[in-house]
Amino acid sequence: MQGILKERVKQVFKNGTDHFDMSCDTPSTSGSVSQRACVFCGSRVVLYPIADAVHLVHGPIGCASYTWDIRGALSSGPELHRYSFSTDLKEKEVIFGGEKKLEESIVYLAKRFKPKAVFVYSTCIIGIIGDDVERVCKQATENIGIQIIPVHSEGFKGTKKDGYKAACSAIFRLIGTGKGTKPKKPSINILGEFNLAGESWIIKNYYKQMGVHIQSVMTGDSRIEAISNAHLADLNVVQCSGSMLSLAKMMEEKYNIPYTHVSYFGIEDTAAALYEVAKHFGNPEIIKNTKELVTKEISQLTAILNEYKIKLQGKKAAVYVGGAFKAFSLVKALARIGMEVVIAGSQTGNKDDYNQLPNMCRPGTIIVDDSNPLELSRFVQERDADLFVGGVKERPLAMKLGLGFCDHNHERKIPLAGFEGMKNFAQEIYISVMSPVWKFHEFRQKKQIGGQND
Amino acid sequence: MLLRHTPKEVIERNALTINPAKTCQPIGAMYAALGIHRCFPHSHGSQGCCAYHRSTLTRHYKEPIMAGTSSFTEGASVFGGQANLVQALDNIYTIYKPDIVAVHTTCLSETIGDDIPQIVSKAQESGKIPEGKYIVYASTPSYVGSHITGFANMVSGIIQGFANQSERVIENRINIIPGWVEPSDMAEIRRMMSLMRAKYIMVPDTSDVLDAPLTGRHEFYPKGGTTIKELQSLGESSMTLALGHFTSVPGAETLRRLADVPYEFQDIPIGISATDRFLMAASHATGAEISESLETERGQLVDMISDMQQYLYGKSVAIYGDPDQLIGLTEFLLDLDMHPKYIISGSAGKVFTKRINALMEKYGKEAIVKNGPQADMFYLHQLIKNEKVDLLIGNTYGKYMARDEDIPFLRYGFPILDRVGHSYFPSVGYKGAMYMLKNILDLFLDRKDRDAPEESFELVM
Ligand code: SF4
Ligand code: SF4
Repeated sequence: MQGILKERVKQVFKNGTDHFDMSCDTPSTSGSVSQRACVFCGSRVVLYPIADAVHLVHGPIGCASYTWDIRGALSSGPELHRYSFSTDLKEKEVIFGGEKKLEESIVYLAKRFKPKAVFVYSTCIIGIIGDDVERVCKQATENIGIQIIPVHSEGFKGTKKDGYKAACSAIFRLIGTGKGTKPKKPSINILGEFNLAGESWIIKNYYKQMGVHIQSVMTGDSRIEAISNAHLADLNVVQCSGSMLSLAKMMEEKYNIPYTHVSYFGIEDTAAALYEVAKHFGNPEIIKNTKELVTKEISQLTAILNEYKIKLQGKKAAVYVGGAFKAFSLVKALARIGMEVVIAGSQTGNKDDYNQLPNMCRPGTIIVDDSNPLELSRFVQERDADLFVGGVKERPLAMKLGLGFCDHNHERKIPLAGFEGMKNFAQEIYISVMSPVWKFHEFRQKKQIGGQND
Repeated sequence: MLLRHTPKEVIERNALTINPAKTCQPIGAMYAALGIHRCFPHSHGSQGCCAYHRSTLTRHYKEPIMAGTSSFTEGASVFGGQANLVQALDNIYTIYKPDIVAVHTTCLSETIGDDIPQIVSKAQESGKIPEGKYIVYASTPSYVGSHITGFANMVSGIIQGFANQSERVIENRINIIPGWVEPSDMAEIRRMMSLMRAKYIMVPDTSDVLDAPLTGRHEFYPKGGTTIKELQSLGESSMTLALGHFTSVPGAETLRRLADVPYEFQDIPIGISATDRFLMAASHATGAEISESLETERGQLVDMISDMQQYLYGKSVAIYGDPDQLIGLTEFLLDLDMHPKYIISGSAGKVFTKRINALMEKYGKEAIVKNGPQADMFYLHQLIKNEKVDLLIGNTYGKYMARDEDIPFLRYGFPILDRVGHSYFPSVGYKGAMYMLKNILDLFLDRKDRDAPEESFELVM
């Protein structure tokens, strides 16, 4: 394809015409306007919903400021996760080390906030000045009597995915420390569900109706206690490809807990997820409950979705999200309401993920890894998209180009998971794509190529 | 209660910052660079920082924010980021075709000791900067200062990149450094200057950049921003008006040093007194007369205050945010007969407390003023828990306190993540003061209407 940085030609493909061999999992090209974030960001988003822990960012102020309650992960109890705690390192500590400041901070926090645990995130600079965060945390744990857990999330040491891993390792330290007893009912941990807009509550409710006990959610609306007893569950149900798979693998190895990989976006995927869990337990009661639940939910939904489908038929969508796995679900869900995906991409998909995309998308669909605004705006105009599904950095871009938008990332305001979520998703898309505002948009029909004004 | 974990009792802290009233340098540098026409901000560090800065600016302005990153990896952090930066420059000039690249550092590149001036001059020598294209830079480590410092440093960096000593002085033409204010404020300063028919160059100027209309095109470089021609001419102005101690004086000082252009300090023109002084200074320096229309606006503002003074008298206010703004705001509130009681800024600097204390003394009032380390919103909240105020003014992060303590809340400053309007409605000048006053009154009076017992519910206010 033309007009893209030569370093990026192996990260952009046109389905069916180019030979598909995605070169992903690579660092971003220097100088490109990457939409990607860092290791710290990955750790922060995974752990942040744990509401009774203190999340202390060890580093200069910025890293803490920018991650202050930006994710909208809801809690039914404590709200400690909505605070921003930073060691706020200054030049002095950069030269002489920040361990003392870290120690003092932990002591103060433990005393004043009485958290159930403290997560200490290392940011880039910690990796350079060489603070022994592990030692400080170990000592503090002994002195204070609560778990002080280091998160090795120095920003430059990989991509956001490495941050997920670091978060998983941090959680893994907690698991097994609880003194709970094994639940009597078949039980699961829900992994990779963060309770954005209350989504965990919806999912939990399904499992409850099925007769499955939820040992813990990691990490939506979660508590330290529940996580420390997560090893007592029978099955790990992992959502979202990137973020918590490594934890499931570690738990399988150490605690012999099998895991299954699901998605809760869209009808088919949600139903498949619930059936899979039911099948795993093989309990006729659970299977019966699941069938009833799914049948009821789908019958309620079908009519509604069909109506949206009639209205949205033939509209085109661009999908650019965090992981490729999420992109799959979106492609399916969009098809369900009559829309065609013309661009599918992600910030940090892996090879296996990407290899599935060409089969799911029509010929001509642009498939892209780690894209940038210039590319994205060119693609959507070339392919004449009506809708963009993405995150915060894509929103204003899409709007400027006169596209509808759906935030499928941190800033979603309504739950998009489960059956209810599918209804909300369809509605949100309908509202955005069909908004009367576009009629004031004279260029909507004669879209021009942007960014080439010289 | 969202912040239910905040205890009332204040216990001294030395180490920790909780709910900061500041952020880090690079975002300020990025904002300043966006105020230059066809300028591409570049973050020399790992990509996380850049992603955060762009996201935050995006959330505040609801505009796409374009900036590049050197995308440091482990290798770069060991061997230095020179190769990354040189490659980045190459890519940027090829693909994004800016006229200027504005490079700022991050904590990481500063700590590993990358020498930007040296890397830049190498890049220049080896022809990496195309003919007729420019590069400017600023050092912006976040473990020094705050976002305000980053803004000031980049303004200095830009001036340094272009300032020429000039024989020719264009009489009656001045430079204005507006400080870190909104695009709407920069537009308002321009409007006032053009009403006076005064000649000026403003640097930086984010109006017509971060308040762009929806057209169906994504203009990678919107039409606004200080132009290269203007930047090259800064040295020919007769003087510089630096609005704000923290955000503008360093740039003005740089220009004085390099091009012998004298400067005069003024506050950011927030409220009536500061606007009076700004206009008089501008008029004096340019020889342009303060226009009748501006005088009318002033009269309208005074009229509005006098009509509603009874609702303003004695109201206590907690304000937090950036120092230059808070100084202006404090004076305005005092002029309105209100009582700024807690004044908190995460950005350090002695000038701040000195100025605030002088203002309080002049008006015979007392306030708790704290800035720098541990001057954060956790502390402010504790103050409020101990003695409540009638109004809270500051950025979006105040909404937790406002809700918990049930205090009317005016969003002002950076960032505002949950409301719109700041890009379009100014807070500087008489017009801006009227707009701010209207918002304050609306808050008070809506509350009065909500809370008044039925028997004393009033129609006319
Ligand atoms: S504080 Fe430093 S490391 Fe953190 S976001 Fe800011 S520049 Fe990046
Ligand atoms: S400093 Fe490092 S950890 Fe912090 S935001 Fe930047 S890249 Fe991420």
